[in-house]
Amino acid sequence: MFYRENGQFKTSYQSDQQIFAIPQDRWAILAIVAFAFLGIPLLVDEYLFRAILIPFLILSLAALGVNILVGYCGQITLGAGAFMAVGAYAAYNFLIRISGMPALGAILLGGLTAAAVGIVFGIPSLRVRGLYLAVATLAAQFFWDWAFLRVKWFTNDSSSGSVSVADINFFGWTISSPTDKYLFCLGILVAFSVMAKNLVRGNMGRQWMAIRDMDVAATVIGIRPMYAKLTAFAVSSFYVGVAGALWGMVHLGSWEPAAFSIDRSFQLLFMVIIGGMGAIVGSFFGAAFIVILPIFLNQLLPVIGGWFGLEVSIALVSHVEIMVFGALIVFFLIVEPHGIARLWSTGREKLRLWPFPH
Amino acid sequence: MKLRKLAVAASIAAIGLSAVLVAPAASAAEEQFFPVLAYRTGAYAPNGAPWANGFVDYMKLTNARGGVNGVKLTWEECETGYATDRGVECYERLKGKHGGATAVQPLSTGITFALTEKAPVDKIPVITAGYGRSESQNGAVFGWNFPLVGTYWMGADVLVQHIGKKEGGLDKLKGKKIALVYHDSPYGKEPIALLQERAKMHGFDVQLLPVAHPGVEQKATWLQIRQSKPDYVFLWGWGVMNSTSIKEAQATGYPREKMYGVWWSGAEPDVKDVGDGAKGYNALAMQHGAEPNSKVIKEVLEKLHAKGQGTGPKEDVGQVLYMRGLISAMLQVEGVRAAQGRYGKGKRITGEQMRWGLENINLDQKALDGLGFAGVMRPVQTSCLDHMGSAWARIHTWDGKKWNFTSDWYQGDEKVLRPMVMLASAKYAEEKKIKPRTPEDCKK
Repeated sequence: MFYRENGQFKTSYQSDQQIFAIPQDRWAILAIVAFAFLGIPLLVDEYLFRAILIPFLILSLAALGVNILVGYCGQITLGAGAFMAVGAYAAYNFLIRISGMPALGAILLGGLTAAAVGIVFGIPSLRVRGLYLAVATLAAQFFWDWAFLRVKWFTNDSSSGSVSVADINFFGWTISSPTDKYLFCLGILVAFSVMAKNLVRGNMGRQWMAIRDMDVAATVIGIRPMYAKLTAFAVSSFYVGVAGALWGMVHLGSWEPAAFSIDRSFQLLFMVIIGGMGAIVGSFFGAAFIVILPIFLNQLLPVIGGWFGLEVSIALVSHVEIMVFGALIVFFLIVEPHGIARLWSTGREKLRLWPFPH
Repeated sequence: MKLRKLAVAASIAAIGLSAVLVAPAASAAEEQFFPVLAYRTGAYAPNGAPWANGFVDYMKLTNARGGVNGVKLTWEECETGYATDRGVECYERLKGKHGGATAVQPLSTGITFALTEKAPVDKIPVITAGYGRSESQNGAVFGWNFPLVGTYWMGADVLVQHIGKKEGGLDKLKGKKIALVYHDSPYGKEPIALLQERAKMHGFDVQLLPVAHPGVEQKATWLQIRQSKPDYVFLWGWGVMNSTSIKEAQATGYPREKMYGVWWSGAEPDVKDVGDGAKGYNALAMQHGAEPNSKVIKEVLEKLHAKGQGTGPKEDVGQVLYMRGLISAMLQVEGVRAAQGRYGKGKRITGEQMRWGLENINLDQKALDGLGFAGVMRPVQTSCLDHMGSAWARIHTWDGKKWNFTSDWYQGDEKVLRPMVMLASAKYAEEKKIKPRTPEDCKK
């Protein structure tokens, strides 16, 4: 009823091909973005910003990058944590070593460094596929784990191996309060999401999807696999690198290499798998699931224990959280193997017919 | 089919709603709230759990003794799993509850680094008794960090002094080889700067052998040690890494008598599994060791555990890490008491007032004995520029069944430590653009 396209006639190719072709979609997205920019800072307290929203935004950006590689180009990667680390440390070094470097410039340069590194570690994908490629990208993870611990230059010869940045400055606006950090990350995320959506609908995205679906056939019809795969690695690593720079500089403020360990890589991969591979919106759903759900369980379990009069120790909460989280992942993958994004698009399809399903 | 879709829709809705639910904070008059960032799960849980038990027990004991001039303590535990991001999330969740956290003790050098950024903004002191950044002893730059009673540079210094004494003088260390087996994290890397400084002074070699988290893979490390045959091995591990090191030392035949662990590598969970194989293993004691016969432990057993109100198993009470947690809580409570002395006895104090209190702790031996720490601790006196308060330590050795003190009291050498602390804190101040506090600033 609300979602019918009756009476909407497109009069130009441009209006037919635009990203949100249906006006209801367009208005809804604009409303959500406006609410995110204007409404949330007024409604939400500091804890929700620091602990939930800012990690959610930054990890969505990283999941977007991983989705481009895994979901759109079909190259499984277990090295996303390493590329986040490369982005973070590169941004740190650009910021520290070049005086007068603006923070956003350092973050973008960090992303570009991660893109270059991604191309280098993406070279195995030209020969190796599937799970074996996952193992090859694992090499990236361990290599960079080692490099940031051992090579003192990366950490500016810090004796502890831990680096920190002062408050970042964006054209005179000092980003120190949680609201500032939230708006900064949100702005970057919105810009990058629009860019990603356009990329995957364009020439490059179609090449990626062709390689994903049947790479031999794609090669036969003239799509160069090296170009497609390496650009996928480059773009994906750029996104992941910028997310890593944001994670270190905006969210943590002070970090050590363990912040980008293999657990982070697994977390990003799971976000993409559960959220929906090959769907931009899937990255957001996956990030929300993985960031918010553990905290939600952590708050909920003592409350449930209280209903039954049980004193729940923090160790028990932690263990139950892991068990429930794992069970929910299995449940979602059985119910909808294509991820939450598929559930969402099925919902939308139903909405187009509601209230007259057939 | 319908039920399945309904269940899925319901769970998504619940997840979405939960993000917006904000639990109302209960305000409490005249109560001091302390968040307890503990880890009772994960690879470091065997060592983290006794510490948390001692910490909570001392706060319960303080309440049983009538609170601090009538003000009771409240606390809430939060599981960090020794992970920095979870620690930061716990801190953010708890810092505003019950009227605001008075102080926070992260029990992890990684989380300490992250909270060092946030604490000055939130005005909550971060107490890192026996860990954290060694240069945070300088309160002029690190106004909100309190590495009370011990830092890693001081501990490494005491170890060097002790082996110097064993060799017959620090000059006899020339040409000797010391291997440092350390946890590959900021925690493990802390002593390197001091050891290299001392190596320059006395002419011994330092061999650095990092061990990756969680520390169960040490075969290669100990084969290297067997090859290079260092005169001493210093162990800077945590959690399961400690017991693995001792087992590997036993397997490769390195004499445990020549191994010296830091105070976080010298507790019962590290040696119990190894049993006789750990006989002769030495470790630093940050003033206290296992103190089952001290007055305060007897009080804990009588007032808490006998009534079933103790935290954790009774066997842990009095053990090394339990005492560490107990003493960390004691220093916190004495900070509250000192602050109340200036801002009003029997009143609730804020984080800023707590900072003043922690900078003005003046525990002489009489006061310590009165609290039940006779023979356990030496006087502690903090100031604005010295957030450590005391540089005493000694060595204890495992005899197969328990820890026994095997050395005199040592003090960290100020002539070596002070320049290093000042240099490192100056570098931090420059990096973070912090203006060091003057004594006038501290009086406020």
